[in-house]
Amino acid sequence: MALTPILTAHWDEPDSHTIGGYRRHGGYDMVPVSLGVHPDEVIALVKESGLRGRGGAGFPTGMKWGFVPQNDGKPHYLVVNADESEPGACKDIPLMLANPHSLVEGCIHAAYAIRANHAFIYIRGEVPHAVRRVTAAVAEAYAAGFLGKDILGSGFDLDIVVHSGAGAYICGEETALLDSLEGRRGQPRLKPPFPAVAGLYASPTVINNVETIANIPTIIRNGADWFKQFGTEKSPGFKLFAVSGHVERPGIYEASLGTTMRELLEYAGGVRAGHELKFWIPGGSSVPMLLPEHLDTPLTYEDMAGLGTMLGTGTPMVFDETTSVVRAISRWMHFYKHESCGKCTPCREGTFWLEQMLERFEAGTAIEADIETVDEICKQIAGRSFCALGDAAATPYAPALKYFREEFLAGTHTSADELFDPVAATVFAGAAAR
Amino acid sequence: MTITTPGVSPVTVTSGITLSVDGVDITVPKGTLVIRAAEQLGVEIPRFCDHPLLAPVAACRMCLVEIEGQPKPQPACAVTVAEGMKVRTQVTSELAEQAQQGVMEFLLINHPLDCPVCDKGGECPLQNQALSHGRAESRFTGVKRTFPKPINVSAQILLDRERCVSCARCTRFADEIAGDPFIDLLERGAKQQVGTSSDQPFDSYFSGNTVQICPVGALTSAKYRFRSRPFDLISTPTVCEHCASGCGLRTDVRRSTVLRRLAWDEPAVNEEWNCDKGRFAFGYAAEGRLTHPMVRDESGELVVASWPEAMSIAAAGLRRAGSRTAVLTGGRLTLEDAYSYSKFARSVLGTDDVDFRSRPSSAEEIEFLAALVAGKPVGPTYAELESAPVVVLAGLDAEDESPMVFLRLRKGARLTGVKVFTVAPFASAGVAKVNGRVLTAVPGAEAAVLDSLADEVSGARDENRLEAARLLREPGAVLLVGERLAQSPGALSAAARVAKATGAALGWVPRRAGERGALDAGAIAGLLPGGRPITSDAARREAAAVWGVDPASLPGSPGRDLGAVVAAVNADTKAIAAAAKPSDVVRSVQALLIGGVEANDLADPAAFVAALDAVPFLVSLEQRHSEVTARADVVLPVAAVAEKAGTFLDWEGRPREFAQVFREALTLSDSRVLAMLAAELDASFGRGDIASVRGELASFGSWHGDRAQAPGHAPPEAPSVGSDEVVLATWRQLLDRGLLQEGDPFLGATARAGVARISAARATLLAVATGEAVTISTATGSITLPALVTTMPDDVVWLPANSDGSNPRVTLGAGHGDIVRISGGVV
Repeated sequence: MALTPILTAHWDEPDSHTIGGYRRHGGYDMVPVSLGVHPDEVIALVKESGLRGRGGAGFPTGMKWGFVPQNDGKPHYLVVNADESEPGACKDIPLMLANPHSLVEGCIHAAYAIRANHAFIYIRGEVPHAVRRVTAAVAEAYAAGFLGKDILGSGFDLDIVVHSGAGAYICGEETALLDSLEGRRGQPRLKPPFPAVAGLYASPTVINNVETIANIPTIIRNGADWFKQFGTEKSPGFKLFAVSGHVERPGIYEASLGTTMRELLEYAGGVRAGHELKFWIPGGSSVPMLLPEHLDTPLTYEDMAGLGTMLGTGTPMVFDETTSVVRAISRWMHFYKHESCGKCTPCREGTFWLEQMLERFEAGTAIEADIETVDEICKQIAGRSFCALGDAAATPYAPALKYFREEFLAGTHTSADELFDPVAATVFAGAAAR
Repeated sequence: MTITTPGVSPVTVTSGITLSVDGVDITVPKGTLVIRAAEQLGVEIPRFCDHPLLAPVAACRMCLVEIEGQPKPQPACAVTVAEGMKVRTQVTSELAEQAQQGVMEFLLINHPLDCPVCDKGGECPLQNQALSHGRAESRFTGVKRTFPKPINVSAQILLDRERCVSCARCTRFADEIAGDPFIDLLERGAKQQVGTSSDQPFDSYFSGNTVQICPVGALTSAKYRFRSRPFDLISTPTVCEHCASGCGLRTDVRRSTVLRRLAWDEPAVNEEWNCDKGRFAFGYAAEGRLTHPMVRDESGELVVASWPEAMSIAAAGLRRAGSRTAVLTGGRLTLEDAYSYSKFARSVLGTDDVDFRSRPSSAEEIEFLAALVAGKPVGPTYAELESAPVVVLAGLDAEDESPMVFLRLRKGARLTGVKVFTVAPFASAGVAKVNGRVLTAVPGAEAAVLDSLADEVSGARDENRLEAARLLREPGAVLLVGERLAQSPGALSAAARVAKATGAALGWVPRRAGERGALDAGAIAGLLPGGRPITSDAARREAAAVWGVDPASLPGSPGRDLGAVVAAVNADTKAIAAAAKPSDVVRSVQALLIGGVEANDLADPAAFVAALDAVPFLVSLEQRHSEVTARADVVLPVAAVAEKAGTFLDWEGRPREFAQVFREALTLSDSRVLAMLAAELDASFGRGDIASVRGELASFGSWHGDRAQAPGHAPPEAPSVGSDEVVLATWRQLLDRGLLQEGDPFLGATARAGVARISAARATLLAVATGEAVTISTATGSITLPALVTTMPDDVVWLPANSDGSNPRVTLGAGHGDIVRISGGVV
């Protein structure tokens, strides 16, 4: 399959992030079109397109919009989850840097569809450059009359607030994001009620990923059938695949869903010269790893599920043979322990314990029984934590053990650094060799 | 039926939901949580964060159960029942059992397991459930998270962070129940901890509840920390003596010392809460007590005497004075003790000069109480407050003066939309926490504001008054009046008119625990037990029958109240001083029999002390030394509440019986002492023991005869206030310099600091800002306090009535409604 540059089509233009650059290619042209039809028609179109959420869970976007009760007398809110924090995930932030107006325009269509007059873009606090870009884009859109009161004379009002997070991974969880946006500590909320019924300020709220919203203008412009020509029946459309790790040309490759990892590897120039693929992860650290034998499985929601993993954010990480699986898992555990919000016991205490256990494997001081203990700790977290963060923390170990048990056994006597020179896995080691 | 679940609007249950728990079918009301349904079947699902009176959070994950059709185990504390739901708990589900054991193992990895030195050890849900639902040995061999220990959340509440399991019960209690969200969880992950903001201390009257509901030993009180192990305590169910809320308590004793008091489960009264005064203020009974009877020796010094000697001297003096004795009692009395004073006065002494109101009071108040309160059945009740369309408070600051009324109002305001209005000069902190609205009344003008509610249209300009007047006419509306209204002429009459005009239920909420009981016992001039008018022949016949005396021997006309008695003593003194031949002047009060009266509580402390000095004979039944014992001819020590059984009638009129904590106590109740005195006087009185007094009270039954009409006093003209003058508003804060709070320094340290509340315009006029000194003065003295600018009328100042540096009665000789001078700065 060939690359399908749609969202990324003009990212190489110097003014791609400005309203001028965006409008040159028809940006915002569709605003009067969707504002001219009934909001339900916009929802119907998005439903018809089969667009699924690009944040990781893959929930059908049109259906999510349809859950918002109408004529309930309450304000509705659109919240864009731009808190991209998953290790390995790097697609929303480049999108916001290169083409923030696609996000802003998507917000207009989405907010109109769900009858929201306020939209919030919650951006990860560690990326102030993205916050600046989006803030500037929103200002430009206001100046051009695409935001504010009575947009283009349609009678539709929309205000967009760009909100910078304060550096918590948990705030990517949608209900924690809402708490954070309301000024509270970011911790996930008890569901029900679901955000579609009682979200931000206890009002109906739709929370969508950046890439999901950026897809909307293309669907409005080209129609559902056009959108469905990409991808598969269950995973229609195209995707920003952010390939990172031990490849020659890491970066974002926009392709149809259903593209295989082997194809993506080719686009990325293959595994680093002189090295071979050891394992890869299709979509962020929270999804189970895969092996070279899985390279030809289409990258779709359903095919990844078939392999016991998930498409997740669609941001594959590639690891070559210089990688210590133990060290990789240990790093992720450190991350999850650091980012656990503390609300529920399994995640708060389990990640605290797992980090120490993985450190032992990494240091070569584990005992053989630890292998089972860690497995049991993971099972005691998975499915029992309050939100998906706990599940995510418990995910990487089991497949790693399944595929690379010998490395964990080695962790009972030899440190990971002795087995795998940490320098060899770095980018600069590759550069020096070249 | 209506059930209320915290955080959820009450739902009217039309039909039940049937589900099965471990294979057993049960039908419960819609909206019931799985964990509650299981409890009804006797299945105890382990839990930490769950609390039946707090909204679910599902944070601890201890209560995970298997629910058919759900891929993951579900928290039983947060899932509501559904028709046909099949729940399998740890009893029948391996998945549930494993999930719970896993969570327990996690909870313990960072717990210090310092049970041998932890106060909670022995009564600790974590300890208990670790034994019942945990594995015998931990697999955790790593490094535990530690914190420096302990830290003060407040002067009273201490926090050992490493013991905390982050269940958030304390923070949710503070936020939801008390409305004092000054503790919260800070940091994240394993570092998550309870903490306070650096600029907002944990200022809550209810902070002790957090210690009690903490499921581990993370929160402890300075009062109890390291004092005892729970299994060394002897526990007795008791009732709080500090106010008229009537809280059920558990009093824990070790080696004849009360070590702590806990709120006990009384769903109809205090639910499971109490206030910090009720929980922590019990040191007064342990120190500075009178231990032996005392009499005056030849030199006039009080010396220790034997009981028979003291009794014979007391009896001789009282025999001489006879019906020219006045009986004055205070708020500490139980129903039974108040009854004994009432009976002693009438049947032994033949006097009706009786008054239990050892505080500023009025004759209008007696009329009001006689007509509308005394001897009436229970009600309005706490439950009615929770479901009322409106509760109007008049002369009552619920948070300061009846904390459980406050908590119920807050619950009602939060969950069932009870609207609260208060006839007061400003919205106090407690009013804000019940979303209350102020029907602004300058002290003294309460009657006018109340009258505007009686007449639906007259207050038309004020939307709040109009709404309150409208809502008061809805079924279930409640009007609560506080004892402070007695200081505002016409206000109680107006309250009676409002209740009659609107149909609202009328409740009288005195501040002290013993007042409602004393009223119903007839410890007040003009009323025999059960609200019987002493002027009624039938009433006197009924009383005489119970007492076994001749009806003709009972006084037939209303006697004098405390103020009149004091005035009479002092008038006699004056007359004697002026008389050419002092022996010609016959004193109308020749003896005082006093139990539980503090001079500084009264409207005119100086006049009272003068009367004590002047009265020929003074008998004092008291727990501790006081102005009265210092002047008494005979001092008879009596039991504190923990040393006797008794009953308090709470403000609802609900009898709150309590047992004797110290069964080996050698002290005697007031009733027993009075019975001994009566015997010494050869009067028929009975033994005065708890059973016989309760028996007599029961044989009185209800009074069905005539009652006095409600008072119809008109409000006085508003006084003219000069430019440097303001009207004083004042009441006692819950925690202050009250005598029953002595001996509890940690509690005292959590009292709110005294402030002088003034309006912004007044502050501008005085050129002071919040925090700067203002001085309030009269000819008698002056009080200087930091100003607190408040939304309130410009011609009012509020001072705490008995706090550090502020006792206007004593210092200024002024009370609620009096005019005082005000100036900026220190004078």
